[in-house]
Amino acid sequence: MKLTDIMVADAIVPQLKAKTRNEAIEELVEALASAGAVARKNVAAVVKAVIARESQATTGIGKGVALPHAKLKGLKRPVGTIGRSAEGVDFAALDSKPVYSVILLLSNPDGPDEHLQAMEAIFKNVQRDIFRKFLRQSETKQDLIELIQEADEVA
Amino acid sequence: MTTIEREVTIPNKYGLHARPAMQIVELANGYTSKVEVSNGPITVDAKSIMSVMRLAATQGAVLKIVADGHDAEQAAAVLVQLVENGFGEMKPDEASTVSSEE
Repeated sequence: MKLTDIMVADAIVPQLKAKTRNEAIEELVEALASAGAVARKNVAAVVKAVIARESQATTGIGKGVALPHAKLKGLKRPVGTIGRSAEGVDFAALDSKPVYSVILLLSNPDGPDEHLQAMEAIFKNVQRDIFRKFLRQSETKQDLIELIQEADEVA
Repeated sequence: MTTIEREVTIPNKYGLHARPAMQIVELANGYTSKVEVSNGPITVDAKSIMSVMRLAATQGAVLKIVADGHDAEQAAAVLVQLVENGFGEMKPDEASTVSSEE
């Protein structure tokens, strides 16, 4: 699976307004709805599910990256988006540091294997220092789109 | 120094997703031994969350755990037990699931 198969380009948020974890999650789910990737009527429930998951155990895996996620029935494939925060958001990350790159992922509960493949596609890139650096420095939607397109070509 | 190699099958529906990956890393870091986990051709450091998340091990996948060091036996045993128990999630998780009517 490739990043460009997962990430909804129109839903990428290069300048998150959010100051808190929950606001960041809301902003990204809202962006997915505006892009037509998530039904508007599901927004509140999806936000709640992502926050519930995050409250069980942080997805702030360190080095400025968090990967909040939840399961949403009816999805044909995993869908995600990227939010970038210049100031950083507190996700109670494993390394206690702020999160600058928030990657939201929604998967169908009936497709656990696809969820794992999507996670693999994300972490394959996120584990690379240079990818995280560019992720954090990309100030426009176009820069972020090009970043994931290039990452797919390399991978 | 001892090297212990064990194989264990992933029993839970959602496989080795984020939470189980974190559980593996947390446990592995409690031991001084070097611990590696493999899923087929991919072998990663069990103490690094970014690496363990790359295994994409689904239900039924056979993980190979190799521990090398003074506490290798305990480290391998604890990790095998964690996987065998389905990472404590043999029941479905409803809190983070949205049932859309679509």
